[in-house]
Amino acid sequence: MIPAARWSSTLLLSALIASAATAWGQRAPQSAPDLRVIRGGEYRPFYRLTGRERVTVRAFALDARPVTNERFLAFVRANPAWQRTRVRRLFADQDYLAHWAGDAELGPAARPSQPVTRVSWFAARAFCEAQGRRLPTEGEWEYVARASDRSPDAPRDPATTSRILAWYGRPNATLEDVGASRPNYWGLHDLHALVWEWVEDFNSALVVTDSRDNQGPGVARFCGAASSGAADVGDYVAFMRYAFRQSLRGSYTVRNLGFRCAADIAPGE
Amino acid sequence: MRHPFELVAVTPGSMGCKPPLRSPPPSGRLRRAGRSPLTDQGVPMISRQSIRSLALPLSLGVALGSCVPPPSQPAAPAPATSATPAPAAARSGARPLAPLTRAEQNALPAIEQTLVRPPGLPPPITRRTPAKVVIHLEVREVTMPLADGATYTFWTFGGSVPGPMIRVRRGDIVELHLMNHPSSTMPHNIDLHAVTGPGGGAASTFTAPGHQTQFTFRALNEGLYVYHCATAPVGMHIANGMYGMIAVEPEEGWAPVDREYYLMQGEVYTSGNYREPGLQPFDMRRAINEDPAYVVFNGRDGALTGTNALTGRVGERVRLFVGNGGPNLISSFHVIGEIFDHVYSEGGSTVNTNVQTTLVPAGGSAIVDFGLEVPGSLVLVDHSIFRTFHKGTLGMLRVEGPDNTVIYSGREVDEAYLGDYAPQAAAGTDGAALQPGEQTFNGVCSACHQRTGAGLPPVFPPLASSDYLMADKTRSIRAVLAGLSGPVTVNGTVYNGAMPPLANLTDHEVADVLTYVRNHFGNHGDAVTVSEVAAVRATLVTPTPSGHP
Repeated sequence: MIPAARWSSTLLLSALIASAATAWGQRAPQSAPDLRVIRGGEYRPFYRLTGRERVTVRAFALDARPVTNERFLAFVRANPAWQRTRVRRLFADQDYLAHWAGDAELGPAARPSQPVTRVSWFAARAFCEAQGRRLPTEGEWEYVARASDRSPDAPRDPATTSRILAWYGRPNATLEDVGASRPNYWGLHDLHALVWEWVEDFNSALVVTDSRDNQGPGVARFCGAASSGAADVGDYVAFMRYAFRQSLRGSYTVRNLGFRCAADIAPGE
Repeated sequence: MRHPFELVAVTPGSMGCKPPLRSPPPSGRLRRAGRSPLTDQGVPMISRQSIRSLALPLSLGVALGSCVPPPSQPAAPAPATSATPAPAAARSGARPLAPLTRAEQNALPAIEQTLVRPPGLPPPITRRTPAKVVIHLEVREVTMPLADGATYTFWTFGGSVPGPMIRVRRGDIVELHLMNHPSSTMPHNIDLHAVTGPGGGAASTFTAPGHQTQFTFRALNEGLYVYHCATAPVGMHIANGMYGMIAVEPEEGWAPVDREYYLMQGEVYTSGNYREPGLQPFDMRRAINEDPAYVVFNGRDGALTGTNALTGRVGERVRLFVGNGGPNLISSFHVIGEIFDHVYSEGGSTVNTNVQTTLVPAGGSAIVDFGLEVPGSLVLVDHSIFRTFHKGTLGMLRVEGPDNTVIYSGREVDEAYLGDYAPQAAAGTDGAALQPGEQTFNGVCSACHQRTGAGLPPVFPPLASSDYLMADKTRSIRAVLAGLSGPVTVNGTVYNGAMPPLANLTDHEVADVLTYVRNHFGNHGDAVTVSEVAAVRATLVTPTPSGHP
C-alpha cells in the first residue's frame, strides 16, 4: 500500500504513536515539530445528511501549522508545472498565486511565514503528495476543529466561538504569520481565524450544485432550511466552514483559503 | 391628506375593479445606461404636473364605472383562460401574464440597470413592453459607521445597507450577476423573493470569494420584494446587512408621484450596547435571543436624520418603498405627522387607505404614499417605540414650503397651567380647600341630608341655614364621629332619628366636610381643623380606629 519512498516517514510516525500512547487521556500527544499525532475517535457530525449518526476517525497525523508561502515556494521551484504561468487553467484559476511577485518569487505582498493562499485544491493536493502526505479529509479536519485549548471535544466552547466569530468582524486586509495563535488541545495552530483550509473531500457533505435537482442533501443548504440537517444549529462556526467549502470548485483560488497536509498512520503499529 | 385618489379608494365592493392607483406613467423617462457602480445620484424627481394630470382620468374612470376583470380567485379560477392550457409563466401572478417563448426572450432589448445608493432608487419604468434587465450586484464586506464613533463590518450587496433597489417591470427577464469581491471572508448568494423558483436564486448564485455567478428569471408577480443572502447561517448574513429590495412594477406602472424614497429597517447585534464606540463584533447570543443593540433604518444610526434627512415640498406627493430586512423583528412603520393615504400592504397589490401605522414583516415590505400639506419635519419610526428611543429607528423627512394654518395652525396657546398646583385659598373660606369637603358631602352626607343640604323633613334634619349645626362646632364633630340619636330641634322642628357614626372618615375628611357644610347652604362659619377633630375623636368613650387606611 505504501510506496517504498514513504516508508521512512511512516515508520517514524509509528514510533511517535507508540511513544505518545502512554500520555493519552492527559494531554495531546507531541511529535515532530511539524506534525501532530491525532488519536482516533468518533463524533457526531455537524450535518447528518449522509445518514450517519457518528463519524469515526482513525488515528492520523496533521501538520501543526498551515503551509507557508516559503514551503510552497520550494514546492513550485521543484515542480515548475505548478508555477503561476505554467499551471493548467483546469487545475487553478486565473488568481492562482496572484499576489506573488513571480513564478518563483514571493515579493512584498507575500511574506515567507504567511500561510500560502490563492492555491487550488489540485495544487494543494500536489503539494502534499510531494511531501509524501495527503490532504486531510473533512471528517478528520472537523474532528480536530472541535477542540478548544484544553478539551478535544468542545465545539460550543463560548470563548473559542466568540474568538472565531470576531475574526469575521475584522477587515480581511492582511494575513498574520502562521503559528502566532495559541495551539489547541492537539497542538494544532491556526485551525480557526487565520485562513480557511482545503480538505480532500471539500464538496462531499452536500454534493449537488443546484437545488433544481430537488433531491439529495442540496435542498437543505440555504436560508432557514440549512438548519434542518444540522446537528447543532448554534454552531455558527461550523455552518460557515461547511458553507465555505460548498462554494468551492477544485480549480478555485481564494485570498483566504490555504491548506495543511495530513499523513496516515499504519494501523496496529 | 386629501387628494384625488381618495375618491376611488378600494372598498370591499369594488375589489374586483382595477385598483385605482394604476395608470399609465408619464412618458419619456427610460434610463438606459451602461453598467456602472453605485452612484450618489439624487432621488428621481417627477414633475408636479404628473399628479395633476392624473386626477381627471381617475375621476372619470370612477364616474363611468370602468373596471377590469377581477383577478382570478383561488376558489373560482377565471374560466376564460382555462380553455387552453396556459404556459407555465402565465399561471403566476394575480392577473394573466402573456407567455414568453425562448426566442422572444432572446430578442428582448437588454438594459443594464444603473444602481443607486439608498435612499435613492431607479426611476419609474416607462417602458410598455418587456425587456431583459441586466443587474450586476457586487458583494463586499466593508467596515462602515454604525453610529457616531461605532463601526461594524457589514456584509453588503453593492457596498450599502440596504443593497441598491432593483426596479423592473412585471414580465421582464432579469439577468442577475452576483460578484463576490476577492477580499470577502465568506461565500455569499442571493435569494430574491421576486423569483419563482427553488431558493429564489440562492443555489444558482452561491459564490466563493473572488468569483461570480449568474442566473436569469422572469418577474412573474408584481410587488415590492426583499432580497437577501441565504448562506448559512442565514440570520448572521442578514444581520450583517445582506438585504435589499426589488420592485416589480405592474405592467401599467404605479401612479406617478413627485418623490420616491427607499428605506429598510434592520437589526444589528453587537457585543457593545447602542452607541458604544469602537469596532463592534457580531454577538451571536444576542442575535439568537432577538435582542439587538441597534434597530435602524438604512444600516446605521442617523442614516436618515440631520444632513441625511429626506426632503420634500408642500404640495408634493411622496412614496416610500419600505422594507424590513429583519432578521428578527416586525416593524410597526409610522410617520409622525402624516397619515398614509395609500398602503400597498405587505408590498402586494391590495391597497389600504388612510393608515396610521403599517406592519412590515421581517423579510417583507410595504409601499406607502402621502401628500405633503404643511411644512415641518416628519419623523419616520418603528412605533414599537423603545426601538426609536434606544436603538435607532428614527428618520426625518423635512418638508419645506408655505404654512397652511387651516390644516395645521401651529401653536395657538402657550401659557402656564397649574392644575391643582394652583395656590390654595385659606381653609375655611370660599376657596379650593372646600372642594375635598364637597366630595365627601356628596358621597356620604347627601344621601340623607340631600345635595341641597335641605334634608327630608321630618326624617332627616336640614344642614342648610341650620341653627343646630352652627351653634356648636364640637357637637357637630362628635355627631359625625359618634353618630347622633334621639330628639333634636333644628330650626324649630323636632327630629327624632338616628345618624350613624362615620368614624371611618379621617380627621382630615371630617374637618373638610364640616368646613364645607358650615360655609355652604346659607351657613357662614369658621373652619373646622384637623386638630379639633382629633381632639374630639380622643374624647370618645370607645376609641375608634382613626380613619380608614
